[in-house]
Amino acid sequence: MTEIELLSWARGPGLQIATIVFVAGVVIRILEILLLGRKANLAEAKGSEMSNGLRTIVTRTIPDKTTFKRSSVTIVSGYVFHIAMFIPLFFFAPHILFFKDVIGVSWPSLPGAVVDAFAVISIIAMIAVLINRLTNRVMRYLTNFEDLLVWLLTFLPLITGYFAFHRIGLTAPSLLAIHLLSVEVLLIVFPFTKLMHTFTLFLARWYNGAISGYRGVAS
Amino acid sequence: MTATIEKGINALKRQVDSSVAAFFSSCVHCGLCAEACLFYTETGDPERTPINKTEPLRRIWKSEYTLMGRVGKMFGLTKKVDDAMLAEWQELVYDSCTLCGRCSMVCPVGNDIALMIRKTREGMAAAGQAPEGLIAATGRSVTIGSPMGVKWPALRAQIRHVEEDTGLKIPVDVPDVDYMLLLSSMEIMNFPEFIEAVAKIFDKAGVTWTISSEAFEATNSGIQIGVSDIAAELVQRIVDVADKLRVKTVISPECGHAYMAIRWDGPNLVGKPFNFKVRHILEVLDDLRQQGHLKLTGKDSQKLTYHDPCQISRRGGVIDEPRNLINMFADNFVEMPDGGKMNWCCGAGGGVSANERADEIRIKVFERKKAQLDEVKPDGIISACSNCRIHLEDGLEEYNMDIPLFSLTETIAEHLADD
Repeated sequence: MTEIELLSWARGPGLQIATIVFVAGVVIRILEILLLGRKANLAEAKGSEMSNGLRTIVTRTIPDKTTFKRSSVTIVSGYVFHIAMFIPLFFFAPHILFFKDVIGVSWPSLPGAVVDAFAVISIIAMIAVLINRLTNRVMRYLTNFEDLLVWLLTFLPLITGYFAFHRIGLTAPSLLAIHLLSVEVLLIVFPFTKLMHTFTLFLARWYNGAISGYRGVAS
Repeated sequence: MTATIEKGINALKRQVDSSVAAFFSSCVHCGLCAEACLFYTETGDPERTPINKTEPLRRIWKSEYTLMGRVGKMFGLTKKVDDAMLAEWQELVYDSCTLCGRCSMVCPVGNDIALMIRKTREGMAAAGQAPEGLIAATGRSVTIGSPMGVKWPALRAQIRHVEEDTGLKIPVDVPDVDYMLLLSSMEIMNFPEFIEAVAKIFDKAGVTWTISSEAFEATNSGIQIGVSDIAAELVQRIVDVADKLRVKTVISPECGHAYMAIRWDGPNLVGKPFNFKVRHILEVLDDLRQQGHLKLTGKDSQKLTYHDPCQISRRGGVIDEPRNLINMFADNFVEMPDGGKMNWCCGAGGGVSANERADEIRIKVFERKKAQLDEVKPDGIISACSNCRIHLEDGLEEYNMDIPLFSLTETIAEHLADD
């Protein structure tokens, strides 16, 4: 297989397979959760489930002061990694073209230099996240194989994207093919790992806010 | 009813609903919950991280309710829940958790971890993996009617004392009244001043009320140990009497888990809404304040702080009421750092105080409360849970801290205006 053949497989069938697994997997996982259902609360309410649930979806983004003080490394590295990662993902011109192809919508891009800077920041932040995971006493205790696998599979698209952007080491088609394949692997494992938090955290935060809000506590 | 691992696993299965599934699906192992938990912050043991305490429930969710888990189970790849595993987790699920719910407030993905631990206890108890102290307390609740073995004659004697001391009549088994007062065994045995305080306040406010000789116990060991059937039976006893006496409102006393049991879990345990309202004593007093039926005299200039009982504040929603009441008599009220819905637990709730095995760690984790108090340096601590009160007394003594403790209801009664 030549590098051009590899690239066209990655762009064509590879991407199709990965997208189908990703979309079907995410839908199944979310249905799997929602179809379990939940009993209605029979106690007299002191507040609203719906509005407090929606409120917590937003407010839980900001940690409380004491938690921030006690876990600042985890919180800052997590924040920086997430935000810096979303910039290249959604605002790099070729990515926007790709999304336009898939979902038919496009939006303005950011200049290459800005995207590049955020890619570097997110790569550094991800390394910090890993070091924190391996050195923080609690995280090290909680960490399992899946945590490390997911870290690696999230890191690969970033680093291969960076290499492709700067044409480091290999020819452009090879670098792009490798980048695409790394994304496809990520998409395929996504629904079956903790990466699902991307979607399910909205459900979890809603339930948390609803449970507390019903009792009149803003969580 | 004998406990078996099969019953335990079935009980865990019944606990999984869409909220639990959303919670487990969202955990990223960030570890922030550990720093919210006094059992971790004061011991530094990572196995006491709140989310780790839910592992038995997580394994059942994963293997029974997820596609990957079911596939994995076919190939024997899932982690099993067995007696040995549950025995190992007992100390985490019961001794190292007061169900205070602080973890549930900080989890960035929104997991209600305290609820998940509460649900895990259902499986532990059904499998026979609950601490002996709690099993015994629960047994006494079912057979005698009180976790401390307090029977009606003991309460009747206390009522007589109060009547002699105050010259007030304590209404017993009176139908068609506004309020039926429940009590915790702890109040009956250690703090009968509480009954006296309520009698004085209600006399001044001119409300009608009663104590039932059949159902006076407010605490519910069933929800602490995690046996919903027993919890429901204990709630049903109160419901039957409240219906029979046609009371408008049942009052939960100064006890955190009693309030959770009757106010928030009660109707869900017995499977239907109540015909009466349930209010915490502080909610009742704050209503009386708003209606102008609670008149106090004299201001206290000492530096006073309030210890929020977890099940009343963070998990129960009674946060503003105690502050409104304290401001009626306190000139120098100071909040503890993290006071209110983020307050740190005293360390003895959720059945921990009924579990002798946990005595050592209970005193150890009090260091968190000590740190809070060291920052405020109050002249007195007010609270509204007799279980918190007993443990705060223990902790203060253990750490040589000479700070008096007050029940909010009793303090209000002391400040009642004469006319």
